[in-house]
Amino acid sequence: MHRYYQKDAETMPVEKIKELQSKKLIKQVNHVYENVPYYRSLMDKKGVKPQDIKSIDDLHKLPFLTKADLRDAYPYGLLATDLKNCVRIQSTSGTTGKRVVAFYTQNDIDLWEECCARAIVATGSSNKDVCQVCYGYGLFTGGFGLNGGSHKVGCLTLPMSSGNTERQIQFMMDLGATILCCTPSYAAYIGESLKERGYKPEDNKLKVGIFGAEPWTEEMRRDIEKSLGIKAYDIYGLTETSGPGVAFECEEQNGMHINEDHFLAEIIDPDTGEVLPEGSRGELVFTSLDKEAFPLLRYRTRDICVLTRENCSCGRTFIKMTKPMGRTDDMMIIRGVNVFPSQIEAVLLNCGYAPNYQIVVDRFNNSDTLDVYVEMSPENFSDTVKEISKKEKLLASEIRTMLGISPVVHLVAPKSIERSEGKAKRVIDKRRSIGITT
Amino acid sequence: MAIKQLSIFIENKEGTLVTITDALAKAEVDIRAMSVADTQDFGILRLIVTDIDKAKAALEENNCFVSITNVVGVAISDQPGSLAKVARILKENDINIEYMYAFITVSKKYAYVVLRVEDNAAAEKILTDNGIELVKESDISEM
Repeated sequence: MHRYYQKDAETMPVEKIKELQSKKLIKQVNHVYENVPYYRSLMDKKGVKPQDIKSIDDLHKLPFLTKADLRDAYPYGLLATDLKNCVRIQSTSGTTGKRVVAFYTQNDIDLWEECCARAIVATGSSNKDVCQVCYGYGLFTGGFGLNGGSHKVGCLTLPMSSGNTERQIQFMMDLGATILCCTPSYAAYIGESLKERGYKPEDNKLKVGIFGAEPWTEEMRRDIEKSLGIKAYDIYGLTETSGPGVAFECEEQNGMHINEDHFLAEIIDPDTGEVLPEGSRGELVFTSLDKEAFPLLRYRTRDICVLTRENCSCGRTFIKMTKPMGRTDDMMIIRGVNVFPSQIEAVLLNCGYAPNYQIVVDRFNNSDTLDVYVEMSPENFSDTVKEISKKEKLLASEIRTMLGISPVVHLVAPKSIERSEGKAKRVIDKRRSIGITT
Repeated sequence: MAIKQLSIFIENKEGTLVTITDALAKAEVDIRAMSVADTQDFGILRLIVTDIDKAKAALEENNCFVSITNVVGVAISDQPGSLAKVARILKENDINIEYMYAFITVSKKYAYVVLRVEDNAAAEKILTDNGIELVKESDISEM
């Protein structure tokens, strides 16, 4: 039996989807052109007028938006409605410490939560379920997104937020949670913690997990499914377009259906910007068709993936995206947090270190580790181990303040960090060698 | 009054000590005393040498990370109880020792102790007041 949250939308014939997208796109382009001077000037510069956009076939005429545009326009430059119509912001960390802030009207939040509700129902869940949300609640979209989706479905919602594993396990067992929403690495950690406490996979009532916000492998999926006795589903989204729920997996577990009635997806060549045919590997670009407050047109996600539209046994007609296979920039996703090397570099320079450093990312027991090796500077050298350890801890805490995750900092001898062709190799992501791409 | 110590940041890796000792040998600098502190990632080599400026220049030429730290040198008679006496004086005056190391020379009946404390001047005054003999910078080259 197939279950849908909004059957008409989710199983809409492809022709109808395209018709709907064209109609919404024309309206959205007009809305943005009238209300967002920043994007209007981009369109003017490219010589494209709203009336040039007659259907989704004209989408390629519109200019792209990038993360740099979001930074330039911070905080209100891409806002498309009066602030009095907005009810919420969500935010993500930016490259230079400047954040990306997205605005939501009540309608924007309703549509976002509906997208999450579709993801929950696609796992076979219903209002009889108990949904434990251990994504962080706050500026991060994970907690509020799945919380809202869970409400819409009518599940009993446990708004746990992240961390405090002891309490997570207690509520999970005492209240019989059946759906677990968190990052895949945290799901794996909960699995191990349950085992350590002597629980067998069949001792919990969990049936499914909805995991996202960081890259994970098929192997990790099998491990989590085994350790928790569940089926594990992927979910995709980004703050810039709304949050989780832009795309979600159905029971086939082989790619995520994009909620095409709200989001128009393209794959482009990241170097030339040229739109690539279906089935090509390239950079994912989204246009928000329904967002009122923060409607991004042709936003470059920098995620590399493939889009394919095939008949899916679940009955959904929405196009499917693969898991992101990599990035077009140097962003890493560590413990669910977006990290740019430049952020770490900024902290080092502030603290009086030369920008000679190496970032080593690895994964132990399904949890990401972040080690930062920094060359010692004369100002920070001391003859006592105590003082040097103190400097390491101070630097670690400064980096933590910037990124939101704790690194282990190692001060090393000057000129000891390997340089290739005179330039230091900044990032060593050992997770790649075990098949995890970011 | 305090004597000067060379502190060298060293990586925990093969051959580091060779670089340092070779550089000092070429500069014809004698090592009077040494100690090593180590952690998982790095070590700190501390040296008392006959010619500190020459040593520093030679090491820096070899890309070593060097700093000069003032430490307290104490001369005590080479017999049981001498160090205990110094330790007791410092304890009674609430002076913490960050680290210390000792060396003896062949020619004299003294043992020498290098002390790293928060306040060199205070430690030196208390030790002198208690009749402990201190080592002067000029003594080092004559040892």
